[in-house]
Amino acid sequence: MGKSKKGKCSRYIPFYLMVLPGLLYLMMNNYIPMFGIIIAFKKMNYSKGIFGSDWCGFDNFRFLFQSDAAWSITRNTIGYNLIFFILGTFLAIVLAVSMNELRSKMAQKTYQTLILLPYLMSWVVVGYLVFAFLSGENGFFNNTLLPLFGKRPVNWYNEKKYWPFILVVVQIWKSVGYSMIIYFSSIVGISQDYFEAARIDGASKWKQIRYITLPLLKPTVITLFILSIGQVFRSDFGLFYQVTRNSGTLYDYTRTIDMYVYQALMKNADYSMSGAASFYQSVCGFVLIIVANQIVRKYQKSSALF
Amino acid sequence: MRTGEYRVTQIITNVICGLFALLALLPFILLIVASFTDNDWASVNGFTFFPKEWSISAYQYIAAKWGMIGRAYLMTILVTLVGTLLCLVISLLFAYGISKQHIPGMRAISFLLIFTMLFNGGLVSTYYCYTQIFHIKDTFWALILPNMMMNAFNVILIRNYYINSIPASLEEAARIDGAKEFRILFSIVIPLSKPILATVGLMTALGYWNDWMNGLYYLTARGGAKYYTIQIILNNITENIQSLAAAATRSSGMATMVPFPSTTIRLAIAVIGILPILIIYPCFQRYFVKGITLGGVKE
Repeated sequence: MGKSKKGKCSRYIPFYLMVLPGLLYLMMNNYIPMFGIIIAFKKMNYSKGIFGSDWCGFDNFRFLFQSDAAWSITRNTIGYNLIFFILGTFLAIVLAVSMNELRSKMAQKTYQTLILLPYLMSWVVVGYLVFAFLSGENGFFNNTLLPLFGKRPVNWYNEKKYWPFILVVVQIWKSVGYSMIIYFSSIVGISQDYFEAARIDGASKWKQIRYITLPLLKPTVITLFILSIGQVFRSDFGLFYQVTRNSGTLYDYTRTIDMYVYQALMKNADYSMSGAASFYQSVCGFVLIIVANQIVRKYQKSSALF
Repeated sequence: MRTGEYRVTQIITNVICGLFALLALLPFILLIVASFTDNDWASVNGFTFFPKEWSISAYQYIAAKWGMIGRAYLMTILVTLVGTLLCLVISLLFAYGISKQHIPGMRAISFLLIFTMLFNGGLVSTYYCYTQIFHIKDTFWALILPNMMMNAFNVILIRNYYINSIPASLEEAARIDGAKEFRILFSIVIPLSKPILATVGLMTALGYWNDWMNGLYYLTARGGAKYYTIQIILNNITENIQSLAAAATRSSGMATMVPFPSTTIRLAIAVIGILPILIIYPCFQRYFVKGITLGGVKE
């Protein structure tokens, strides 16, 4: 390419034009809000705006962490995420391994289609599905299932002790198809030579799974683990808001950081508390994903994200 | 011995997969059956898989009130189309730009994109910026812009596809023939990247179809009701089924002709909301699966 420097630069102009709309969107949707995060250190005055409002140091955080909510929303957010990850990974791997052993392609495709179906639904719709089971007056549980075992009806949306269990079941029901497909595609990617060799040595099916498939899934598990560690301070707002029908009596076990931020912001218009909680969530998540990635880089470089 | 093990494996795996498939499907069956259950019967016996009295009155009610539901339906389709189209256009342009890593500045621009996966301003400041700076509250753009229009994962998927699956020699040849860069993108690169665009487009469309959170945050009942989508209506109905009944009686008098099935109607609206997904999904199943396998594990 024997063109002058100037000619080269002008040749690049179309590419800069191509990234421009996306860059503008990133500015609007991501980078300007990143500066807005200073809201957490302000005594918000709506008429003065973020930048005009007075600084208040760490007051907002002091109020947040002195309230009873701070501990319970942190515990709920992290606790549920850990249970979701552990149980979800286990079941997804069981399913993926089973799926891989099926010889009938037709059965494989049918099962996969059905198990993935819940993943495509919005949380609003999932809320309705759960309601059909748990509704106090009309629900399937209270009217059909519990009488079958001679149990009395339960006021599901007001009894918090059942909810850790319900939320785990609903979350896994919705997401297991997604993780199953990820693990299944990893298994399909394993070279057949390994299994061939094992078969010649007379290894049973179970031994092949135990000593070939599962160890080779480890990198995928680790990658997904870092991703979920980075998300451990986030909760799926839809799950906790729609499925519980935002029932206040359940809050001890169902209110996560996202629920708290939503409530403080949209219901109480409390920028101080919601801003502080939101800041706490973003910064902790950021620190965690960097730390998790560094640790993985040290022990298994190929699984690190960046 | 070998065949015995084979048979046992097939039985166990079929039982495991079949059980999960059944559990995945049952709630949908209950929802659909319940929406066809006679409301009075359901209020005594509850929703079951085998009701004794069937009824289509929930759907008759919706048909009579089609003005509101139909409008929300059209809005859902419009939001999905506009959102997906805009998403695809800005994502594919951006991805093509950053796939040219040798161009000065493109690495920095890639980093700007990837950094959004690691850190974000959080709901409060995003909400503040969209309402106080960009003023999207109670506009159509409230349903399009926040959080959904471009996502780093999708852009990286498209970029990787450009880098790995489209031979650089094709572009080079066109450049030597004097084709302009935009021309090359539109007449060579895009036609060759249809599979990845279909996958990303389908996942994005699903996201827009299912979205209710933007409506929750950025549409108010007073000013934004005309932009309500099916999902937002479903979300609102949960709380205000009674006010809906009152409004229906006031406005048309229809409620006296069509009995108002206050419980089954909600489920019937939910059924109508998921119907398009249930119909389209089996045909495009492989694109969904591809979207997950490509997007699931790192970049």
